[in-house]
Amino acid sequence: MGAFKASWLALPLVGFVIVTLLVPIFSLIRLSVYDSTVADALPKTAEALKEWTGNELPPIATYEILGEELTAAQQTREVGRIASRVNRILSGSRSTISKTPRRLARTDAPDVRAAFISIDEDWGELAIWNALKQATDTFTSRNFLQAIDHRLMPDGSIAPMPESQQVYVTLFIRTLGVSVAVTLLCFLIGYPMAYAMAHASPGWGRLLLVLVLIPFWTSLLVRTTSWIVILQQQGVLNDIFVFLGLVADDNRLTMVHNMTGTLVAMTQVLLPFMILPLYSVMTNIPRDLTKAASSLGANPFQAFMRVYFPNSLPGVAAGGLLVFILSIGYYITPALVGGSKGQLISNLIAYHLQTSLNWGLAAALSVILLVGVFVLYVVYDRFVGIDRMKLG
Amino acid sequence: MRTHLTGVLYFSALLLSSATIAEESLTVVSFGGSYAKACVEGYHKAFEEATGIKVNLEDYNGELSQLRAQVEAGSVTWDVVDAEGPQVAIACDEGLIETIDALNLPPSPDGVPAEEDFAPGTLTECGVGMVYYATMVAYHPDEFPPDKQPTKVEDFFDLENFPGRRGVHRSPQSVMEIALMASGVAVEDVYDVLDTEEGIERAFGMLERIKDEIVWWEAGAQPPQMLADREVSMTIAWNGRIFNAQMLENQPFKILWDGRVVDSGGMVIAADAPNLENARKFIEFGARAESQAGVASHIAYSPVRKSGFDLVGNHAITGEPMKPHLPTNPALGGRQLTLSTEFWLDRRDELIERLAAWLNR
Amino acid sequence: MNTLGWRTVKGLVGIFTAFGFLFLIGPLFVIVPLSFNAEPYFTFRPEMLMLDPDAFSLRWYENLFNDEEWHRALFNSFFIGICATILATTLGTLAAISLNNRNFPARRTVMALLISPMVTPIVIVGVSVFFFYSQPLIGLSQSYIGIILSHAMLGAPFVVITVTATLAGFNQTLMHAASSLGANAWTRFRRIQLPLISPGVITGGLFAFATSFDEVVVVLFMGGLEQRTLPRQMWSGIREEINPTILAVATLLIIFAVLVLFTVEWLRARTAKQLQPQ
Repeated sequence: MGAFKASWLALPLVGFVIVTLLVPIFSLIRLSVYDSTVADALPKTAEALKEWTGNELPPIATYEILGEELTAAQQTREVGRIASRVNRILSGSRSTISKTPRRLARTDAPDVRAAFISIDEDWGELAIWNALKQATDTFTSRNFLQAIDHRLMPDGSIAPMPESQQVYVTLFIRTLGVSVAVTLLCFLIGYPMAYAMAHASPGWGRLLLVLVLIPFWTSLLVRTTSWIVILQQQGVLNDIFVFLGLVADDNRLTMVHNMTGTLVAMTQVLLPFMILPLYSVMTNIPRDLTKAASSLGANPFQAFMRVYFPNSLPGVAAGGLLVFILSIGYYITPALVGGSKGQLISNLIAYHLQTSLNWGLAAALSVILLVGVFVLYVVYDRFVGIDRMKLG
Repeated sequence: MRTHLTGVLYFSALLLSSATIAEESLTVVSFGGSYAKACVEGYHKAFEEATGIKVNLEDYNGELSQLRAQVEAGSVTWDVVDAEGPQVAIACDEGLIETIDALNLPPSPDGVPAEEDFAPGTLTECGVGMVYYATMVAYHPDEFPPDKQPTKVEDFFDLENFPGRRGVHRSPQSVMEIALMASGVAVEDVYDVLDTEEGIERAFGMLERIKDEIVWWEAGAQPPQMLADREVSMTIAWNGRIFNAQMLENQPFKILWDGRVVDSGGMVIAADAPNLENARKFIEFGARAESQAGVASHIAYSPVRKSGFDLVGNHAITGEPMKPHLPTNPALGGRQLTLSTEFWLDRRDELIERLAAWLNR
Repeated sequence: MNTLGWRTVKGLVGIFTAFGFLFLIGPLFVIVPLSFNAEPYFTFRPEMLMLDPDAFSLRWYENLFNDEEWHRALFNSFFIGICATILATTLGTLAAISLNNRNFPARRTVMALLISPMVTPIVIVGVSVFFFYSQPLIGLSQSYIGIILSHAMLGAPFVVITVTATLAGFNQTLMHAASSLGANAWTRFRRIQLPLISPGVITGGLFAFATSFDEVVVVLFMGGLEQRTLPRQMWSGIREEINPTILAVATLLIIFAVLVLFTVEWLRARTAKQLQPQ
């Protein structure tokens, strides 16, 4: 009975997280595979195209139906959405579709098909009809295919995108590479720092802890700004190099708005997430262990590798996975210091969300990223234990 | 207790706000920076004085996602939006903005009806054109010997004779056109060529020549800053920004008018705008020749009305005659291309992806 | 290798470690003096290095205090942050109390669910809530409510973690004693449990507040112009053109971070003392 009462108290937060996070994520997944814009606006055309084989132009009746429905869509101002959906399947068809209803009333061609073709020759081609047919599917794999640089051909087969349009796989790989690199850098730099904090005298230890916690609490935007100020061509670091005579004044190094900037800034921003779990594990490793190893004749390196390091592994795993998970979805820092070469997959997601308005593709890219992180999350839970996460 | 209650009321009002804006006002959303300032000085203040309607000016960066989210969610807070040509067309097609049918646009000061006074293509189904601006090459004269200054757009792609780093906008729009003009395509053929596979490859081929020296920029404020810092010797830029650097910061930058791409920006009314009547009044006021000329006395953008262009006088601060700096002035010479909205509506998504792929190569 | 060799290795590792600390903290200390630069440059001029008083000025702070947009951003940051913190702290504390029970059904799964906002990539959170809240029937896009709910969701895991950690050291016999003296559940909670776990609750609340205060992706995607917060305003400033006003804001935020840090550490020390056997 007491247990029941107590678990009731957790329900509000469980419900809250479900409503504010899980439901939105499900609507994201739905958006990546479902789009009924064209099917809703052109129901009869969708019906007529179901029968159509795609080997020759559709019958005049289909042109008639499409003409009527496009004109109706023009009244409700939905034609632009139809056009932009079809344009994503067949680049260049947006204007063909959006101008058709406007001009249809004004043509004096003998039949509707001729009228369509007189408005735009494309209506005499199979390509636009195939694209239209594809757009009437409410469930689509198109976004996911595009997210892995593939496309759906008119005959239903799947083919790779032309090489000149392959973007996303490279970016996923780059994102993965950057995350691995940042994790390794954080480990290399953070491990000795955590060691120093854990095994310094209490006074020094506290000071070093404060030095790690100040950046941890400082706004991400502030830290990113400081890197731009330091790394830019007229910035602090270049000035120091010029002063020291390491580089010529007219040949300053480009360290920001490229991959260097992304790596340096991300490593610094995520470093505390590596150090803090390491530190909390290391403070619990008895110092006597290494002393015992030394007294048994091990040299310091052996003592460290055989005795100390294995004991600190839980901290390495916790910090490493945390840094990796955080860096794989990083957006702000690469967007501000990455330039065009340092962009990661999240920047493309933001681009399709905000600028191209291709929300289905943004959703598909996010879902792929999410699945990757989910796998890592499960691994983390299995090996480290989510409830053992500690802060500061 | 009472203050307590007032506080609670204030907080709940804030939570529910969006719709609660004082009656006689409207929200105008613009690009910010020097253009917004020029609009405020050029006609917003005069509008407020003439009508008593307060203008709440907000910044955005030209992205449609917020407007689309507002319209889809049925809670529109914007009234008037400044947008570029292709964005106006997309928003119009998607039903995000009102058509201009209900507007009563004023004739020119000597009575020419608005339809004839606006330059062709600047009054569209949903948008009222305001100004023309140019995307073109600008350079720092000190980067080149006095007898070997760049003179034509080809020089931008010629690293041998004009060495140095190049700033390029990270967007295919206008950049592809400039590349094609530099490759020798005649102005009137640019879009026909760019509509073919060979044309796209040809444009990328031109960019390939300078690829290793390119510094990409995204915000309009960056090119003048990069020139000032001598980070680049030449850059693609927007003429208004370069003009401001020349005028207000005494920078010695030069503009290469040859091979410029001009595009018009305009005002639109958000669909279901909360202050529809005020928005209409505002656009009718802003569409007067005097308003357009007013903007052009603060920033070097050409009025799209012929009568507006004729009214342009001197710079409001420095007294510099403005006409020689306006991008559509025929006296500037050089090749001038007008941006094709239709082309970019059709090919934008694809070309953006191709540019991204080319950058990854 | 002899002892001297090991000393050299140790020394080198020590130098490397020192550089690590410099790398971590140095960038913050670069910003502070530059925000007092009298000229709009982002580097130290010789006059500044010679401590010439004319090279320093408060003009960027004046800019900041006279700019309405920054005022609004400051207000929004605190308004959203406080609302989100209250929500996250209340829900998070209740959940942590009940999760403290060993017999909690499916404890591990529920914990994983409650912590999930912390490890979901922020860009995905932003995209999801943007799409979800801009649906016609919900209509919370570009509203304070949408942002507050999202920030509370992002901050709640921190409260759960810190309060759970405090409860782990909490002596259950006190509750039994109170119960045997006739105190009801609410009195027991208010008079005994809450005062004892309050440092954990406050620490969690500070984490939640800092999360909201620093969050920019959700605000960027979902917030309208009226909901711009400090980090959102900084984002625009950095993208458009870094001007030294940004450095002034950054300096103030660093000071704020230090204050939060010392509050949290003070609370932690207090808890540790309390938990020590008397």
